[in-house]
Amino acid sequence: MGVGILVEDLNAWYGTTHTLQDINLHIPANHATALIGPSGCGKSTFVRCLNRMHETNPIARATGVVKMGEIDIYNDASPVEIRRRVGMVFQRPNPFPTMSIYDNVVSGLKLNGFRNRRILDETVERSLKQAALWEEVKDDLKKKSGASLSGGQQQRMCIARALAVDPEVLLMDEPASALDPVSTSKIEDLIFQLKSQYTIVIVTHNMQQAARVAENTGFFLNGKMVEFDSTHKIFTNPRDKRTEDYITGRFG
Amino acid sequence: MDFESKSMRRNRATRSATNYFVSGLCILATILVILPLLAILFYLIYKGASSLNLAFFTHVPAPVGETGGGMANSIVGSGIILFLASLMGIPIGIAAGVYLAEFGRGKTLANAVRFTADVLNGVPSIVMGISIYSLIVVQQKHFSALAGGVALAVMMVPTITRTTEEMLATVPHAIREAALGLGVPKWRTAISVSLRTASPGIITGCMLAFARVAGETAPLLFTAFGNQFWSFNLSQPIAALPLQIYVYAISPYDEWHRLAWAGSLVLIVLIMVSVTLVRIFANRGALKGGS
Amino acid sequence: MSSTRMTPERETSSPLPVPTPVSPPAAFADMAPAVASTTLSPIRDYLSKRGSGRLADDSFAAVMLICACSIFAIVLFIFGILIMHSRLSLAQFGWKFFTTQAWDPVSGDFGALPFIYGTLATSLLALCMAVPLALGVAIFLTELCPRPLRAPISFLTELLAAIPSVVYGLWAVFVLVPLMRDVIGPFLSKTLGWTGFFDGPNFGVGLLTASMILAIMILPIISSLTRDIMTAVPNSQREAVLALGATRWEMIRVGVLRNSRIGIVGAVMLGLGRALGETMAVTMVIGNHPDISKSLFAPGYTLASVIANEFSEATGDLYLSALIEIGLALFLVTIVVNAIARLMVWAVTRNAPARVI
Repeated sequence: MGVGILVEDLNAWYGTTHTLQDINLHIPANHATALIGPSGCGKSTFVRCLNRMHETNPIARATGVVKMGEIDIYNDASPVEIRRRVGMVFQRPNPFPTMSIYDNVVSGLKLNGFRNRRILDETVERSLKQAALWEEVKDDLKKKSGASLSGGQQQRMCIARALAVDPEVLLMDEPASALDPVSTSKIEDLIFQLKSQYTIVIVTHNMQQAARVAENTGFFLNGKMVEFDSTHKIFTNPRDKRTEDYITGRFG
Repeated sequence: MDFESKSMRRNRATRSATNYFVSGLCILATILVILPLLAILFYLIYKGASSLNLAFFTHVPAPVGETGGGMANSIVGSGIILFLASLMGIPIGIAAGVYLAEFGRGKTLANAVRFTADVLNGVPSIVMGISIYSLIVVQQKHFSALAGGVALAVMMVPTITRTTEEMLATVPHAIREAALGLGVPKWRTAISVSLRTASPGIITGCMLAFARVAGETAPLLFTAFGNQFWSFNLSQPIAALPLQIYVYAISPYDEWHRLAWAGSLVLIVLIMVSVTLVRIFANRGALKGGS
Repeated sequence: MSSTRMTPERETSSPLPVPTPVSPPAAFADMAPAVASTTLSPIRDYLSKRGSGRLADDSFAAVMLICACSIFAIVLFIFGILIMHSRLSLAQFGWKFFTTQAWDPVSGDFGALPFIYGTLATSLLALCMAVPLALGVAIFLTELCPRPLRAPISFLTELLAAIPSVVYGLWAVFVLVPLMRDVIGPFLSKTLGWTGFFDGPNFGVGLLTASMILAIMILPIISSLTRDIMTAVPNSQREAVLALGATRWEMIRVGVLRNSRIGIVGAVMLGLGRALGETMAVTMVIGNHPDISKSLFAPGYTLASVIANEFSEATGDLYLSALIEIGLALFLVTIVVNAIARLMVWAVTRNAPARVI
């Protein structure tokens, strides 16, 4: 089951660029939360701060408090421990090219030293089913390389890989932006299915996508969070003029 | 209508002639460069193949004046020295390459290491030879296979470091992020994801370094020293193929010249096979990960 | 770990400020949070017990760093050991070592001038022969060569780089030396004898033969680097010159060569570095005699070949020390030449991948 995320006064920098300014936000557990905004507005940086991927870049840094459940992720745990509790799906599918589909899905377990064959087998089946990919690949799990799948299948495999570690939070950074419409709709269906079990944060530049999958939506602009509210409210009656301009297509 | 003056037309003719002339020179240069290569290969095959026989691979050198004999001990000796060199040089080289590609991005120290590796690559092999002589042979008081191995290892390190770095740089960053995002520690990501993905390139890079030191003679002159007999003792002088070729080539005996050609052919075949493999790999292009 | 635990925290923390107070959506309110799952799944249990790996990470990074620094160590160690073992000669001769001609192991009088002369003469002569050819090959391969021929020809020139020095030497001894003695030498002394560079007896071994084999050996290095450098010149430069109505050669001269000249100088210097230190092939054909002679037919000696030839039979500490000092000089010179060359090549191809060969 997922946990809620509380963000207080989060600031982030890339070198000298102040990419996130004073973000305060509560992401409820077991729901999907969408983050929208024009490119470069800081929404990707924001999700990368939620599992401390932001700091893998040597010139990047972040301050503030992010609480995941009762854990303050910047003070109570190491980045590695946090990332094990948070699944992440990236903008472009990034399977491990040298691994089979099977190994790709359980890579988070195997690379962390988990060796129980029975549980690994179960996990592959469970997560591929959750990612709606099981039927398509169950016959050549160990025969085919993860990189041999189509783009949409690869992305679903990456979702399965993120789910295999049994995370509490699932971060998705524009998961469908590199995919065709059919694959996109499959991914959206998936998010819809998964959000009752995981806390999902999805970054998207596609407003219809946000409207379709998320209960709550936050609008980012120039490193600041302009507005955060229920998706319905954001799209029908936004409080801020800039949000209204954005969703009505007046810029961005 | 004639827009060109007479001088312009002449000028154009000169320019065009220069163009053809220079192009011709370039083609001639290319032919001149390929010619010695073909000549060397021709002589190697012509003189070497006729001297190759089973005895070459099974016998030790015959005493002066006797015909026959082979370079079996040199081939095995080269194998032993190269094994020692690889044992020391490959892990250090790969580790240094991993540092450059995975930990040192953009750091001044990494740039300094990279630069030093390139400069070390250009240090003459004879200088490596006398340095290792001064360090090991002088201490041990005799020439040894071990000293030869160390000398070649030192020569392998910079090459392997740079290849490893180049090959790791072809691994898409997104794949590292995928592993890090799963909570895989950085060391495990470097080994099981980056190195594993780049491994075909790194292996061929190591083979290339191996092939290059396999033909080195100068660093072995005062370290491995050479030996006319079988030796498997790492602290004793040992025979090596390039050393034996050198000794035979500058000897006055026809029989030995014959063996030198045969030895060179064996050496070159070994090296060409490695280099060709590298080439095939390079042509296949960088590794494609993700999509 | 459920959202119930979040609630008190949210209450105790200051009310969430800007931009707008968060209003939990209706769904959030009636969401059944309640029972925190008491039994963790085996996977979550395993992963949560797994440590931070910080120690392993730090030690791994440290080992990699040590290996990387071993490259500095190698260079410093070579430098240190050469100085240590040449101190006898350094103390005895000082700078005079590099300006005197004597090389007399019997009386213990050593000067490196003949070797410096031999090294410079063969290397520069080799450059004179190799550079125009290498440039020609590079231009041919980047600008003129039909596409299907490009790969095989560059492959052949790179094979040239893979042939061991001793094999070049063997070939030179049995093919180039007779050729020089019977064909090239007589021809040169007949046509260019008036210059004085081709006087004296011609035995086939000597400075000229050594330079020729050196030229063949450094050619592939210079041409493959030059090729990389020319490829790095953006096509827009070529098109800009062609658009002015230039011929192909003018395009190469103005658009390509002018833009890559620093890199080409660097490539040539890398070739020079290789030529200065080249040992085996040169030792086999140069004649090994410490003379300074104007004639290119005369036998000579280089820094590298005197070490190769005399080191193992050097009797006496001073003799050995003098040879090691020659090694030290060679080391320092090649380090400087290579460092300058690398900087020049890097300046041009910084963003292009480096080559191994």
